[in-house]
Amino acid sequence: MTSALALVSATAPAPAAVFAVDPLFLGGVGLEEVIIVAIKVVAAFTLLLLSVVFMIWFERKLISDMQNRIGPNVAGPFGVLQTLADGLKLFFKEDLLPAQSRRLVFKLAPYLSLVPAFITFAVVPVGGNFHDKQGVVSWWGNPTHLQVADPPVGVLLILAMSSVAVYGIMLAGWSSGSKYPLLGSVRASAQVVSYEAALGLSFLSVILVAGSLSTHEIVSTQTTYNWNLWVTGFVPFVIFMISATAELNRPPFDLVEAEQELVGGFHTEYSSLRFSLFYLAEFMNVVTMSAIIVTLFLGGPNGPILTDTADWVWGVLWFLVKLFVLLFTFVWFRATLPRMRYDQLMDLGWKVLIPFSLGWLLVLAAVDLGDDRDWNPAAVVAVSVGVFVVAMGLLQMAIRAGRQAPDIDDMAGPDGLAGPDGFVGTDGLAGADSLAETHMELEGRN
Amino acid sequence: MEVVVFIACAVICVTGAIGVVVANNPVHSALMLVATLFGVAVLFLTMDAQFLAAVQIIVYAGAIVVLFLFVIMLFGVYRSENLRVEPIAGQRPLSIAVAVSTLALAVIIVAVATGGSPTGQQAATEPLVDSVTVHSTSATEALTDNQPIGEEIFPNVEQLGRVIFTDYVWAFEITAVLLTIAVVGAIALARRQRGEEESAAPVSPAAAPAPAAAASAASAPIGSAAASATHTEEA
Amino acid sequence: MEVTTAWYLILGGVLFSIGSFGLLVRRNPLVMFMCVELMLNAVNLTFVAFGRDLGDIGGQAAVFFVLVVAATEVVIGLAIVVAVMRRQPDATADDISMLSG
Repeated sequence: MTSALALVSATAPAPAAVFAVDPLFLGGVGLEEVIIVAIKVVAAFTLLLLSVVFMIWFERKLISDMQNRIGPNVAGPFGVLQTLADGLKLFFKEDLLPAQSRRLVFKLAPYLSLVPAFITFAVVPVGGNFHDKQGVVSWWGNPTHLQVADPPVGVLLILAMSSVAVYGIMLAGWSSGSKYPLLGSVRASAQVVSYEAALGLSFLSVILVAGSLSTHEIVSTQTTYNWNLWVTGFVPFVIFMISATAELNRPPFDLVEAEQELVGGFHTEYSSLRFSLFYLAEFMNVVTMSAIIVTLFLGGPNGPILTDTADWVWGVLWFLVKLFVLLFTFVWFRATLPRMRYDQLMDLGWKVLIPFSLGWLLVLAAVDLGDDRDWNPAAVVAVSVGVFVVAMGLLQMAIRAGRQAPDIDDMAGPDGLAGPDGFVGTDGLAGADSLAETHMELEGRN
Repeated sequence: MEVVVFIACAVICVTGAIGVVVANNPVHSALMLVATLFGVAVLFLTMDAQFLAAVQIIVYAGAIVVLFLFVIMLFGVYRSENLRVEPIAGQRPLSIAVAVSTLALAVIIVAVATGGSPTGQQAATEPLVDSVTVHSTSATEALTDNQPIGEEIFPNVEQLGRVIFTDYVWAFEITAVLLTIAVVGAIALARRQRGEEESAAPVSPAAAPAPAAAASAASAPIGSAAASATHTEEA
Repeated sequence: MEVTTAWYLILGGVLFSIGSFGLLVRRNPLVMFMCVELMLNAVNLTFVAFGRDLGDIGGQAAVFFVLVVAATEVVIGLAIVVAVMRRQPDATADDISMLSG
């Protein structure tokens, strides 16, 4: 392939093609490409940080409106500088390193939560005119896309980064060297890992319909108002929203960081700048995940283009409007929905979302195949929905049978921690802050 | 440019590998393993295996090592073994000898097989090439070096999807069965029956999700890649 | 200087030998598992390198299957390690025989 890449640089194709075909610029790179990439990276970074600052303020203001209070109104007009004030306060707090903690991993963990959000935002198309120009804009004669990177496996990069984000949570809890963070982090990682499967399966419905893994292609197939929201049926969108809320540890799935339960969860022992990194990472993940939902289901920057000059601006505008709608929805969830218990959460993820998304994927695949082979669409839909219903019925019967023969895992633990993780401690495990010993201390025998 | 990327990734990989072997604390070993896995993923990218690079991160770094960390955290296995003590006399020097001779063997094979012209198909591998390329023609034509850039290059995912669902579909189905067996077996091994002494911490809630997530993450993208490949072909 | 297939193969060889050294020397079963993963990764690297060199996508397909089987093996292996560790939290590789009979 090296000679093929040599051909790429020899015939000097558009950098857009180079971005897609040659993500590591192995074929040679000139100063223009470097400058364009640098500008894009700085712009994406700035956009993401500004939207996080906005999101924090917006959440507090909106929740206070829904609860009939005023919310932040002291720092700046309508309290818009409240985030800045909070950040400064956190900056000046004392930076604690608990004596029992493991230093290096303790310091590393916030970055493992933060960096994946940035990288995920790099594959989101932020603007551009997709009606006529396939989202290509031209900067100083170089055609390029309005996204930092467009690898041919963009969607898999998103999944990969959400897998890496688990490390931040897990290592933060473990390295704190204390009970509540460890419990919180194990629960949080189990929750994130469980909902990743449902997330991936609803990604697949979109990929099936769009025919490509690249985010640019997915947005290109959604022009002229055939958004994936209704092309995939509404089910993948609903499953994706629920899974995304669980992935982000947002209410109603925020048991792991609920103050009434676990103090602060995995970030209990963090203070000052490190805590602010976690705080930032959480909201940044919300913004990034909303951007991904906009890209996959709501058509990304697609929308009516009303002027001809600077038509890419309209793309950016529509993207921001759709992003705002989704951020509003996430805040709305927080303001209105009660928190789910951990075992209810795991039940929902494993017994409802995964079978539904898998079944829906198979239905979509059958319909797609029937389209290609000119089968009768009504018959295809009827047969596949029939099989779907039968399969769901069998699953429900299996679940019911499983519930009737409980084993120790299903009973509530002696300290009232309901659900399958009622841990029972070992004896004689001294010294290490393992989960087993933690549980023993919680029960009061030690 | 390619040399710079290769050297950087090779340094990361080897440092990570040495870290896995040398670290006292198993958690540090796991983190060094993650570094190696990332290095290998970038090397996959340089070799145009983009799908494998992404799946490597999702499955290996994102599920398998997470599973390792769960087990380490649940059992508090940081009783770091004393690396200075050798239980079997002469084990350390013998192991070094084995490792060095393995490496020397690999280097000699590489030198003999490429014999001066590092790329290109030598006599030792030609029959293998012929017998394999006969089957997967349309997928492999896109990979040959003299493919002009103006023609359509099949995306890597599509090539992989085609070949897995046509040539290697048996292997695919058998690995699917294998994954199911693994999930069932893990849950069966990790659960506690009624009446068994309460002497252990169960791992099932943590262990079961990770492999199942790994399994579905690995098998599902290929499934839809092939589906989208067929769709675009017949559209 | 061009990066040829031989470079990738040598890197794979180095990773493999480091992994095999670790497997032979370490006694903690989890770290031994990680060394096995190192060796599998070295093999994957070699597969992809040859796949690109010979123009055959079968190399990448082989890596795909190796990846899936490695995941399976880790799951079962860790379940066994967990079963052993319940009895004796200090178990090393020598204690796996505890599971027999």
